[in-house]
Amino acid sequence: MSRPSTEAQYLAGLTPASVAATRLGRRSLLKSAVAGAGLLGATGLLAACGSGGGSAGAADVANASGALSFGSNQSDATPKAAYEALVKGFNDPAIQITTNTVDHNTFQENINNYLQGQPDDVFTWFAGYRMQFFAQQGLAGDISDVWSGIQGDSDALKKASTAADGKQYFVPFDYYPWAVYYRPSVFAAKGYQVPKTLDEYVALGAQMQKDGLTPIAFGDKDGWPAMGTFDQLNLRINGYQFHVDLMAGKEAWDSAKVKTVFDTWKRILPLHQADSLGRTWQEAAQSLQQKKSGTYVLGMFLGQQFTKGADQDDLDFFTFPEIDSNIGTTAVEAPIDGFMMAARPKNEAAAKKFLSYLATPQAQGIYVKSDPTVVAANSGADTSGYTKLQKKAVEFVAGAKEISQFMDRDTRPDFASTVMIPAIQSFIKNPNDIDGLTKSIESQKKTIFTS
Amino acid sequence: MTAQSEIAPARAADPPPDKPRRARNQKVHKLTRTDLIVVSVMVAVPTLLVLVLVWFPAVATVALSFTNWNGIGALSSIKAIGADNYTNVATNYPPFWPALQHNLLWLAVLFVVATPFGMFLAVLLDKEIKGSRVYQTAFYLPVIMSLALVGFVWQLIYSRDQGILNAVLGTQIDWYGDSSINLWAALVAASWKHVGYIMLLYLAGLKAVDPSLREAAMIDGANERQAFFRVIFPVMRPINIIVLVITVIEALRAFDLVYVINKGRNGLETIATLVTQNVVGEASRVGFGSAMATIMLVISSIFVAIYLTIVMREERQK
Repeated sequence: MSRPSTEAQYLAGLTPASVAATRLGRRSLLKSAVAGAGLLGATGLLAACGSGGGSAGAADVANASGALSFGSNQSDATPKAAYEALVKGFNDPAIQITTNTVDHNTFQENINNYLQGQPDDVFTWFAGYRMQFFAQQGLAGDISDVWSGIQGDSDALKKASTAADGKQYFVPFDYYPWAVYYRPSVFAAKGYQVPKTLDEYVALGAQMQKDGLTPIAFGDKDGWPAMGTFDQLNLRINGYQFHVDLMAGKEAWDSAKVKTVFDTWKRILPLHQADSLGRTWQEAAQSLQQKKSGTYVLGMFLGQQFTKGADQDDLDFFTFPEIDSNIGTTAVEAPIDGFMMAARPKNEAAAKKFLSYLATPQAQGIYVKSDPTVVAANSGADTSGYTKLQKKAVEFVAGAKEISQFMDRDTRPDFASTVMIPAIQSFIKNPNDIDGLTKSIESQKKTIFTS
Repeated sequence: MTAQSEIAPARAADPPPDKPRRARNQKVHKLTRTDLIVVSVMVAVPTLLVLVLVWFPAVATVALSFTNWNGIGALSSIKAIGADNYTNVATNYPPFWPALQHNLLWLAVLFVVATPFGMFLAVLLDKEIKGSRVYQTAFYLPVIMSLALVGFVWQLIYSRDQGILNAVLGTQIDWYGDSSINLWAALVAASWKHVGYIMLLYLAGLKAVDPSLREAAMIDGANERQAFFRVIFPVMRPINIIVLVITVIEALRAFDLVYVINKGRNGLETIATLVTQNVVGEASRVGFGSAMATIMLVISSIFVAIYLTIVMREERQK
């Protein structure tokens, strides 16, 4: 077989003729099923038969045409404009894409209703358990055939896009690392050294306090930023595998290992900015930007609070310091954002073609240029336009042995939002009752994970 | 003349002669086909709406509270788990009891402070003092402001690092973040809205009271306070009950303001926010959230029952 000259030909070669032939019948069957979707409760029945439904063959993907709807949660001005450029870059006259932009938080909160109603063919979402959860419920479309055409995505990325059934449901687009962020100019002026171990970090914190700085900026009004601190401590104390098992509900929350995490956190809590429960992460990031705080444990998106240019160049990060030398600092938390396909898209062929495009380094390059606080998922992406921080993020994640997502992406959404947010907030309020707290988390976990 | 005028009322009180009575009876039966259709549609549509929009969701909520449904998938995947959700809510969900307390505290504050203050303002404004219109507008303004705006206004006042309140007082108090005071901060904001609402309702009621009642009381030697509490207040009974009911409803459904502040977490939990967090968001613990909604329904029913008992007893006394 000759080498395919276009991506479309390549994709076409992947599907056996029999699948391409039977496609029409299945599609029309699905269409009639979708017509009944308005009925109460029909969604579940559909989900059941949808999993056995047909998929668009590669030939159709190559010749895809018609209208395609694209659900975006990028409601802020800059990323929204970048998405427009991204869609324009698709440049396929046969496919007309309509982008439906929904406010970021609203999109997340309504995801259940959204996916069970009339979801867009392609929509933005997150990797990890959060993706797997919807794949398991039959609310996301299998895009394994798109994956067979993706080049430049590492095995780690593929793993993060794979659900429990071994199929892929997610196309990684960009990611950003969690780490300890600081301003090099402050460190240079005061003669601080980047700490390698927790003890060094604590000593540095004490020095910063003497110098009138808040050692660790902190804001947890929204409930989720503190999860990142927990994850960092847990990854350094108990390692990646324990993090995964704990998030999957396999490990006990009232075990000595988790208690150690909270104990360690309690030790460094006095170094954190006070009154964090009334402060948003943006306000905390501004305290770093204004050089009132020395460091901040957060994701790279904190760079959004810095103005482009010199201000952003004076932002750097180091990995969360080592706590246990046996565990080291090999695990890195780098949440991946990307795209999924609806379980029953109206235009499956076009959706898959668009997803293939989104996986390319060119498409990711368009977006990443607009947002210097993320980096492209595809290793083939052009990094020449990257800022110093972006370049460092690429190296940082590439050098990691294990990549975790984030507490609320690695565990059940109901557990993260209704148990862990109140639990961590109550820990910040009163760090002294760790036994009672962990016991309460464990007993709530049992009721959620068994249901 | 006098004889005639004496006779006329007597006649009116006489039982009506046979002829008109028959005519009236005929009128009842004279509903045309169109009338019947119009009447049945007018009764059926609202009844259907009430059934579909009120009773069905209410009954479904109660039914779902005994299941473990996660809001996804077929109705057949719903599994009954008895009263487990209730046990869990009561014993295994730390935010629940604080939330209940917050709702009751909310009720107490509105009832003891905000509602009487709104009534007081209404009485003052009823005195036709100079600039009464301006005051009315000023006090009512918070009620018509959109919630997002109210949240924003109070954020400007309460923000720890950038707020007006801390700037004026020269303090570093974390009004919204400190869970021992943020409920009170929220209650101030809630009362701010509630006062205006009650004031307008009560003012409308006061305008409808016959001024001669007050005059009569004054002539009998009552002072302002006595005239209000002994004469006006009892006459206003229907409005008082409405105000009371509104206060209770506002307290029990306390949601929007705390949700705007911090999604109802960290000291600002109310039953309504817990229901939302469990049912609406990504979490989708429909059965569990329904159990809390049912508890709220039961509590509201208690107040409704009390209200109905009072009203019905009165009807009987009449």
